[in-house]
Amino acid sequence: MDEPTDIQISTEVIGSAAVVRPVGDIDLSRSPVLRESIKGVLLDKPARLVVDLAGVEYMDSSGVATLVEAMQLTKKGGHVLVLCSLTDRVRSIFEIARLEQVFRIEDDLESALG
Amino acid sequence: MTPQPTTPSHGTDQSPGQGSEAAIEVRLRSRPIYLAGTRELVVGLCRRLGFPEQVSGQIALATDEALANVINHGYGRRPDGLIWLKLWPESSPGVRGIRVVIEDEGEQIDPEAIFGRDLDDVRPGGLGVHIMRQVMDHVRHEKRDPDGMRLTMSKALPDPAGEQDQQRESNASG
Repeated sequence: MDEPTDIQISTEVIGSAAVVRPVGDIDLSRSPVLRESIKGVLLDKPARLVVDLAGVEYMDSSGVATLVEAMQLTKKGGHVLVLCSLTDRVRSIFEIARLEQVFRIEDDLESALG
Repeated sequence: MTPQPTTPSHGTDQSPGQGSEAAIEVRLRSRPIYLAGTRELVVGLCRRLGFPEQVSGQIALATDEALANVINHGYGRRPDGLIWLKLWPESSPGVRGIRVVIEDEGEQIDPEAIFGRDLDDVRPGGLGVHIMRQVMDHVRHEKRDPDGMRLTMSKALPDPAGEQDQQRESNASG
């Protein structure tokens, strides 16, 4: 059954990087939308996938699982996944799940593209 | 077919040592779209009870993870299952905080078989139970009579006396 969702996701190509920008809470009802967006962007095989989380105030473990899957897909393709601009609440779940050292996490988009 | 709404077999809570009705009780269907509203309810109550902002958010996260587990595993993503979310401000002598009880009529599983996975095994999924146990002071799964599961979680407010001691130590060392 399709669930209505109010998450907005924009994508942009900057140099050799693809930037995905979700805006809204990422939970069980919205993480499938992010997952499909990331998988679509990866079809173009960007050298670097940047997920800019500045607009995400809340993420649950389904959102984290989506990003773990993205990391596995980019590694498999020999590419790089970088997360950036995490809000405090989103950073907190990465710490609880002990994943803050597993992902490459940058403070801002400029650092993520560098 | 959508089942008719039913009253849980324990409309008044039967948890040991409690025996009082929940301060807040919400009945919802097993649809992910309802998670956002329940998070806002939990985080708002926790703030009013005096929990710090970050802890309030984490209690809402633990509740969200528990509800997501019921939707995914208890009801196998079926959208018409019933879930009861009950919230109690805890105010027993010496303990202040919040107690969260989540009940369902979904598949029953052995509570002993519910545990967080090895975090060194980095893979998608399976983090919900770990998050609940990391965030809350107490987490207990049990089979509900006659069907479904009951999850009880609680979190105490930080001890004000302890915080004052820490502040005094901080001031003394500063």
